[in-house]
Amino acid sequence: MNAHDILPLFVGIPLGAGFLLPVIALLWKKLVDILAVLAVLALVVMALCVIGAPSCIYKMGNWPPPFGVNLVLDPMSAMMVLIISGVSFAVTLYSVSYMTKFTSKPYYYSLLMLMIAGMNGVVLTGDLFNMYVFMEVGAIASYGLVAFGTEHEELEASFKYLVLGSLGSGFIIFGIALVYSNTGTLNMADMARIISAGGLNRLITFASALFLMGFGLKAAMVPFHAWLPDAHPSAPAPISAMLSGLLIKALGVYAIIRLFYHVFGLTPGSEYSYILMGLGLLSMVVGVILAVGQWDFKRLLAYHSISQMGYVMLGIGLGTPLGLLGGLFHLLNHSAFKSLLFLCAGSVEQSTGSRQLRELGGLCHRMPVTSATCSVASLSISGVPPFNGFWSKLIIIVAAVQAAFTTVPGTVQAGYIVIAAVTVLVSFLTLVSFVKVQKYSLFGALPDRLSGVREVSTVMCIAMIMLAVACIGLGVLSPFVLNGLVAPARDALMDGQSYIRLVLGG
Amino acid sequence: MTPYLLCSLIFAIGVYAIIAKKNLIKIVIGLLLLEYAVNLLLVLVGYKSGGKPPIIVPQNPSTANFVDPLPQALVLTSIVIGLGITALMVALCIRLYEKYKTFDISKIKRLKG
Repeated sequence: MNAHDILPLFVGIPLGAGFLLPVIALLWKKLVDILAVLAVLALVVMALCVIGAPSCIYKMGNWPPPFGVNLVLDPMSAMMVLIISGVSFAVTLYSVSYMTKFTSKPYYYSLLMLMIAGMNGVVLTGDLFNMYVFMEVGAIASYGLVAFGTEHEELEASFKYLVLGSLGSGFIIFGIALVYSNTGTLNMADMARIISAGGLNRLITFASALFLMGFGLKAAMVPFHAWLPDAHPSAPAPISAMLSGLLIKALGVYAIIRLFYHVFGLTPGSEYSYILMGLGLLSMVVGVILAVGQWDFKRLLAYHSISQMGYVMLGIGLGTPLGLLGGLFHLLNHSAFKSLLFLCAGSVEQSTGSRQLRELGGLCHRMPVTSATCSVASLSISGVPPFNGFWSKLIIIVAAVQAAFTTVPGTVQAGYIVIAAVTVLVSFLTLVSFVKVQKYSLFGALPDRLSGVREVSTVMCIAMIMLAVACIGLGVLSPFVLNGLVAPARDALMDGQSYIRLVLGG
Repeated sequence: MTPYLLCSLIFAIGVYAIIAKKNLIKIVIGLLLLEYAVNLLLVLVGYKSGGKPPIIVPQNPSTANFVDPLPQALVLTSIVIGLGITALMVALCIRLYEKYKTFDISKIKRLKG
């Protein structure tokens, strides 16, 4: 079985499972949990198969590109597919136990599977309009999942998320219409060929600004971040993990990377590079400053997502091979530790009934697994060696310094130095914020109210341990991960011509 | 040029309604305007004055002066997506009204900070 044959199954399996699970639930309720886990397990196995496989394309209906819609597997897509299926697997396992307190579990799985299908579609497709359609599939499923509790807060958060998400989609499709009118194609490789031959004109530049707004809204870059701190904490914990760990990356950051590197041809020192760096820097600083003052566990984590995605955007914006490497590696690491943190917050909430840090304390005696995994994730996100967050932040900082030394002395050089300094400072503030989380929730004296607290179920513990092992593994084995997974993705992005050759042939 | 400008105007009105209006239903209408503006733009992109339908008939196999059929397919897809979003949005509005007994978003603000 080669990679080409299984490519459509990445979308097909979750899409089919999404619609079949509620039907199967009518016949046999118990089977749904097992089938959902098996479906995601199949995705993980397939993702492991396509890692390192040669790049290929799948022509839908055998229409040759650029006429038909095609799925493209290059190392970048392979890396994203692996991240999506890995985190989804841990989250689905966690949901088996966590979601029992909600009614209508089959519908939950249905929406979860549709969300996975949408994200897999976005990262695999080679067609801009098809990307929009898959993006909406994933986004609409996520609007429903945020409102899943149907209480005051959930509904309010979901409405806000829906309005801003749809506004973003509106900008994106406006941009697609403009690009289509100018290039006459929707295939991204064909578009890249036409733009690289004819150069950027005003209309394409305007469309790229619309894309930046639209995908920036999806990725919750400051100043488009207002929905995220409401939507992510209001969702059930596994969904918070999916939203923060995957959705903002697959729908927002991945699309920005693909469009700006391959279609619009970002180079170091270009306007695009400065704009992306500016957005990244702003998100980093604003996100972490807002996070430090939070006392709601999940809200604090949500603000950190904004800040950490700022790191990714900064690395991407640098445009140098090293910067892009750091950005992509941080994207990989963030999906591991942030989804783990949200799962830990969910465990704490389930056991204690509260996520206000002031009401917690001393949980390390009562909930050893949650505390241990939460500590691993906190150390990772704060950038403590040898955990994974340290290496990716280090690479981004080194890349900023390197960019400073390769430009001519002047304001630009000073700017790069300031960026490197701010990056270190933000990392320090992150550490401060997570020391607070550790101190107030895990250590200290156990309040009397919490004396009966017990560890969460074994299945949830296994899910958290899996992600914790991933955090440590990505950190300790970082040279191998960088060489085997991230560097090929980086090379594929830097070489736009090979992408065009891959899709269009010749 | 004028149709494009008018189309952008509808888009801008939609964005204005979403940003400035306090009533949930008006925000929904704003999003609908935005979607329709985009659909209109897509149709405009495929329009060609004096063009003929893109159907090859045996009597006249020439493809000259065909209008572009692709945007029409895109518009159909986009309308269906818009329908899904609108249905979900209206459902959310009904549930919000049940909970808060108001459509005024300045009174629906439990989440902040």
